[in-house]
Amino acid sequence: MSEELKQKMAQSILDGDSDVSAELAREAVAAGMDPLDAITNGYVVGINKVGDNFAAGEAFLPELVMAGEAMKAAVAILEPELMKKGAARKTLGKVVMATVEGDIHEIGKSLVGTMLAASGFTVYDMGVDNPSDKIIAKALEVDADLIGLSALLTTTMIRQKEVINKLDEKGLRKKIRVMVGGAPVTRDWVHKIEADGYSEDAMGAVQVAKQLMGEA
Amino acid sequence: MRPKLELLTGMQIGQIFDEAFQLLLKPGVKVQYPEARQLLAEAGANVDETTDVVRIPEKLVRAALQTVPTQFFLHDRRGNPAVQYGGEAVHFDPGSSAVHILDPDTGEHHPSETKDLARLVKVAEMLPQYDAQSTAVVCNEVAKEIGDLYRLYVVLMLSEKPIVTGAFSNKNLQAMFDMLAIYAGGRDALAAKPMAVFDVCPSPPLIWSAFGAGNLIQLARAGVPAEIISMPLAGAGSPVTLLGSLVQHTAECLSGIAIHQLARPGAPIVWGGAPAIFDMKKGGTPMGAIETAMLDAGYAQVGKSLGMPTHGYLCATDAKLVDAQAGLESGMTALVGGLAGINMISGAGMIDFLACHSPEKLVIDAEIIGMVKRMLEGMKVLTDPYATGFYDNINFKADFLKQKLTRDLFPKEQYLPSPVIDRDSMRGWQNSGAKDTFQRAKARADELVGKYQRPESARAHETELAGMVSSLAREAGMDTLPELI
Repeated sequence: MSEELKQKMAQSILDGDSDVSAELAREAVAAGMDPLDAITNGYVVGINKVGDNFAAGEAFLPELVMAGEAMKAAVAILEPELMKKGAARKTLGKVVMATVEGDIHEIGKSLVGTMLAASGFTVYDMGVDNPSDKIIAKALEVDADLIGLSALLTTTMIRQKEVINKLDEKGLRKKIRVMVGGAPVTRDWVHKIEADGYSEDAMGAVQVAKQLMGEA
Repeated sequence: MRPKLELLTGMQIGQIFDEAFQLLLKPGVKVQYPEARQLLAEAGANVDETTDVVRIPEKLVRAALQTVPTQFFLHDRRGNPAVQYGGEAVHFDPGSSAVHILDPDTGEHHPSETKDLARLVKVAEMLPQYDAQSTAVVCNEVAKEIGDLYRLYVVLMLSEKPIVTGAFSNKNLQAMFDMLAIYAGGRDALAAKPMAVFDVCPSPPLIWSAFGAGNLIQLARAGVPAEIISMPLAGAGSPVTLLGSLVQHTAECLSGIAIHQLARPGAPIVWGGAPAIFDMKKGGTPMGAIETAMLDAGYAQVGKSLGMPTHGYLCATDAKLVDAQAGLESGMTALVGGLAGINMISGAGMIDFLACHSPEKLVIDAEIIGMVKRMLEGMKVLTDPYATGFYDNINFKADFLKQKLTRDLFPKEQYLPSPVIDRDSMRGWQNSGAKDTFQRAKARADELVGKYQRPESARAHETELAGMVSSLAREAGMDTLPELI
């Protein structure tokens, strides 16, 4: 595949331009290029650069989130091509992200999802107000390694415990690890409900996820 | 809409002028410099040569106010206009003439030396919040006779920003003009594009000393901007009431402007000051008191009513460490000064009643200044309609973070603080060492000094400047100048 095209792909992520990143993906497919090469040596180069810039304080959340969106737009086009070839993208792990039942807050959860995706995880973001059974079903469906549970209210954080208990009952606790987060979540709460990981911010959540996957 | 703080009604300003003009006649002003008395006498003032008291009629002052410029610029060393005196411009510079430096490791106040001034200048040079430098501290290891011009030498060698400075004697003022003229390309060029403003202080109450009046006349004739630093000390050196002190401030400024404009009509001069209330418990001059800030805002409004460029002394603290008191006093008074539209606000970096300087505080104060300047930009109209255009594709999801507009507009809307301001999560803060504000400021000051590079424009005439200052130092009994870099 042409180096020039891959550079453009990386740049489209840096620019956070979903239209361009998707268009380049379509070009790559039409030209019969290797989708894995496009992702790994094109788009991922861009997302890594944005991540580095963010960590260095040179990029800000809007850049990061828009880069994540541009990445998502490109992968949505390339992934079906990958499946056709029976190949799979190398991923640090599969994560189901969800805000628990009765809670409609998701800015923090979406940020964590974006950061995880930007760091090389495959993220399935279920949005807000998700019953525990639905979350577990989704995790099984996609063969998830991790579940990330968000709750902003003291009245809804109990649902985090509910998901963990249900995983326990199904004997899935070893297979699927659970990370929790949200404003009211404290270290004490995490111990109490025996969650596997917790962080107060999105950068920390990536570290925790990597640790749980044995990557850091 | 630019937010604005006004503490006086039009009627009150009128009465302040009225009473100030009364004071200029009775008791009059003590002018201890013969040439200034002569200028005033020739213009119609009544001079008592036995007491040096001059009674200045309103007409004389009104004539001076006709010729005084309402605006001028200070230029950086590359010749660009970098500081606007006049109008609604608001600039900040580090406070001037401290005698101590705060040791960031021990918290002790040491007599300041060349290395301390150099560090202050480097930090201020690296921070865009400071539009001008100041001759921030006295270098105690240098002969007193050249203390003023030596400070200017250090700043000229290390910086290219405009300079707020001042002379300690009439004699050295001419030498300081010559030092600046080296960079300007001669005395005329210096007057055409001034790069420094000189503070000149009347002595409260209502006295122009030989040194003060002499400085005014020399500055006017050189066409180098003068900045009147009137210092009513409410309750000790001036009336205890704020309004009463504003009258004295006005009278001191008006008499100074009269002397200055008689020496050379049209020469630039600033309506400035460093007032304070008098602390009735400890007898101090609290620069961080809210009433002190009210005095500054008040006299600035009086000066602005005449169309004068203005200056004030705020963003300083009386605390002995850079602690919570330092933050609250510096922040509150800087905001008052900014909202009052004072053109040049001196005082950042200073603690202990302006006696002690701290580069670390300069770093923290830069964040205050950034926030004040943001406040002054007011509610910006970045989109019109204000909101409705943001809701395409939102569908009741908190997805504004994903909008291109968000990315494009947030740097215009938000002041982005340096890491000195902690907005981290608890985890993030702990992971970066659980540092308090001062520790973070120390790290940033070190980082800024590490990144500092001498501006090419400061380097340009260093040999000539060093030669001039070396020979002045030898006259004062110093064989060699301290190492600068």
